[in-house]
Amino acid sequence: MRTRISAARIHSDFVRQIEESSGQALLACNQCGRCSAGCPVVAAMDLLPNQVIRLAQLGIEEVLESNTLWLCASCLACVTRCPKGVDLPRLMEALRLISLRRGVTRLDLNALPPELVKALPQLAIVGGYRKYVK
Amino acid sequence: MVTRIPYFPGCTLATQAREYDRSARAVAQALGFELVELLDWQCCGATFPLSLDDSMALIAPTRVLYQAQQAGERVVTLCAICFHVLRRTQALLARDPAMLERINWFTGQEYQGVRVVHFLEILRDEVGWENLRARVQNPISMRLAPYYGCLLLRPHDEIGLDDPEQPTILHELLRALGAEVVDFPYSIECCGSYLTVKEPRISETLAQEIVASARECGAQAIVTACPLCQFNLEYPQREARKMPVLYFTRLMEMALVGAID
Repeated sequence: MRTRISAARIHSDFVRQIEESSGQALLACNQCGRCSAGCPVVAAMDLLPNQVIRLAQLGIEEVLESNTLWLCASCLACVTRCPKGVDLPRLMEALRLISLRRGVTRLDLNALPPELVKALPQLAIVGGYRKYVK
Repeated sequence: MVTRIPYFPGCTLATQAREYDRSARAVAQALGFELVELLDWQCCGATFPLSLDDSMALIAPTRVLYQAQQAGERVVTLCAICFHVLRRTQALLARDPAMLERINWFTGQEYQGVRVVHFLEILRDEVGWENLRARVQNPISMRLAPYYGCLLLRPHDEIGLDDPEQPTILHELLRALGAEVVDFPYSIECCGSYLTVKEPRISETLAQEIVASARECGAQAIVTACPLCQFNLEYPQREARKMPVLYFTRLMEMALVGAID
């Protein structure tokens, strides 16, 4: 797949929206990869966490299709380790919100095994709805 | 003299994790504290909003902070997630007067500020490990793996409970109870958190790695302060010999008050 990189995309509303919503400067990330090296869920992700940042820096909206946004558990291990002080979970949340505000819903409790739903602690259900539904 | 501390149990300690609530109250009583439940509380929202344009999500935790403010200058929590959400909301509203005004305008309540503490901090900073050790009636003769998880420690600049990479607070507590502490490499790795409602197979994989690591290092049980970690680590275990995942207050209760089962 060829991806067109352009100044217009780099300075697009999409990029501005991510930075405003997250309070993070995307270009602070220099792609060292420490976030991905320590991410506990990385094995299940289609893009590495640092690759999500790279696509966002370039204003490539297809990043919204990555499962990585929805697999980030907001555990904040990467925040502790980023040498540039980038709060990656805030970037992930900004991307999730852009997607959720376009009407995407990412939680279906009916798809879960009923015995699991019965056993779940309340905070998992409340938290799940707050994370994956708007 | 009994020190009364305003206490926010949170939704899960009032339901699935009643053992955590009950044992903490018993332990507090044994140490000369009374956990006084807030009068009219509701869920804290269970997530701290990570974006700057999602102020709706601050309303629930701010209401809790307001209820706490009515009760005193500080509020104690046990659930690691409630603690995380409330302490970060408190920190955010302390540094962002415009947001504070906005939320207060919406709720119609005059929240100003309150200190959020975790029960572990009271044990460390007010009871002290030596004092605690002296009160142990039944030393815990077990090999225990302290599991911190994420939200009790991170982000360090707002939570500040302990070192975010090499915490010791649970280690020291368990040692004071007489237990042998097992260091294991997954002590601060995420259990999958809310992924358990969305991608249960992935959170199960994470949990199995954590439990297997504790087992390889010789632990007889894992110790936690978080009801979500407790669930995520214990629920998926299908082995005949399960690794128990215990709240630290249960072990304290055994050590201070006596064996209960």
